[in-house]
Amino acid sequence: MSLKISKRDVGGVTVLDLNGRLTLGDASAQLRETLRGLATQGGPKIILNMGQVVYIDSSGLGELVSGFTTVKNQGGQLKLANLTQKVTDLLTITKLYTVFEIHNDEGAAVQSFS
Amino acid sequence: MGSQPRRVCVTLESRLESMDLGEEIARCVAGTAAFDEDEQHRISMAVRECVINAFKHGNCSDVRKKIEVDFTLLADRLVVAVRDEGKGFSLNQLPDPLADERLLATSGRGIFLMRCFMDDLRVVSGPDGGTVVTMTKRLPSNHKPTAAAETTKERQP
Ligand SMILES: Nc1ncnc2c1ncn2[C@@H]1O[C@H](COP(=O)(O)OP(=O)(O)OP(=O)(O)O)[C@@H](O)[C@H]1O
Ligand SMILES: [Mg+2]
Repeated sequence: MSLKISKRDVGGVTVLDLNGRLTLGDASAQLRETLRGLATQGGPKIILNMGQVVYIDSSGLGELVSGFTTVKNQGGQLKLANLTQKVTDLLTITKLYTVFEIHNDEGAAVQSFS
Repeated sequence: MGSQPRRVCVTLESRLESMDLGEEIARCVAGTAAFDEDEQHRISMAVRECVINAFKHGNCSDVRKKIEVDFTLLADRLVVAVRDEGKGFSLNQLPDPLADERLLATSGRGIFLMRCFMDDLRVVSGPDGGTVVTMTKRLPSNHKPTAAAETTKERQP
């Protein structure tokens, strides 16, 4: 599997540690399923820890946007933390940096929910 | 390095695993051409996006249809051509993924990224089917071009 997702709870906030490649195929589908599952629980607070994401393609970007919308529609929030320089660059040129709430580290992202 | 162009041509099957393969080969070729790690990443992404489009939109995921990727290393630039067996398309009709109303779209960023990461991108749709998308990237400036090599510009916005 090109992407590993593990779930943690930090004071009522769900942190998803993403590890690997967020690209077309299984990885994108896996993230979609995970976020859909969390969204059905109503008003979820989610942080995607992107520190170990080594590659994102257009399909992965689409999945991030789709997850953002799904979670928002259920009254929840999806935030990003720990972006690598490559991912920051990608979100900047696609203007997605203006869509997502992005934090430098997980601590700051957790804080922002309270 | 000699003045002869160097070529690598690969034929990929229309299946998901080919996307990673195309990306990996692109990274190797870019490395050979003395692009730094960041540029290798960008070139590999552009080729990946192009091969995905050939697979999805061109060949409609039909495993009987092939994708040809052709890398040519010239004195001053790398040219990558990706050919599929599809119906073709025009760059003119594509919506701008940076437009406010498109920002939350879940697709439509691939060609935009190819254009960001490469210097030039063209699409030619053959009369009897098949599309060739050709992308060009100038070699790093510390790489000495030969006097005869003409420079391609036409950087798209
Ligand atoms: N090889 C191709 N053959 C036919 N149509 C193509 C081809 N490449 C691209 N297109 C058309 O151009 C459109 C834009 O391509 P682009 O890669 O920008 O976005 P996408 O593939 O729809 O989504 P994304 O790449 O963000 O996942 C496609 O939706 C498709 O209609
Ligand atoms: Mg695409």
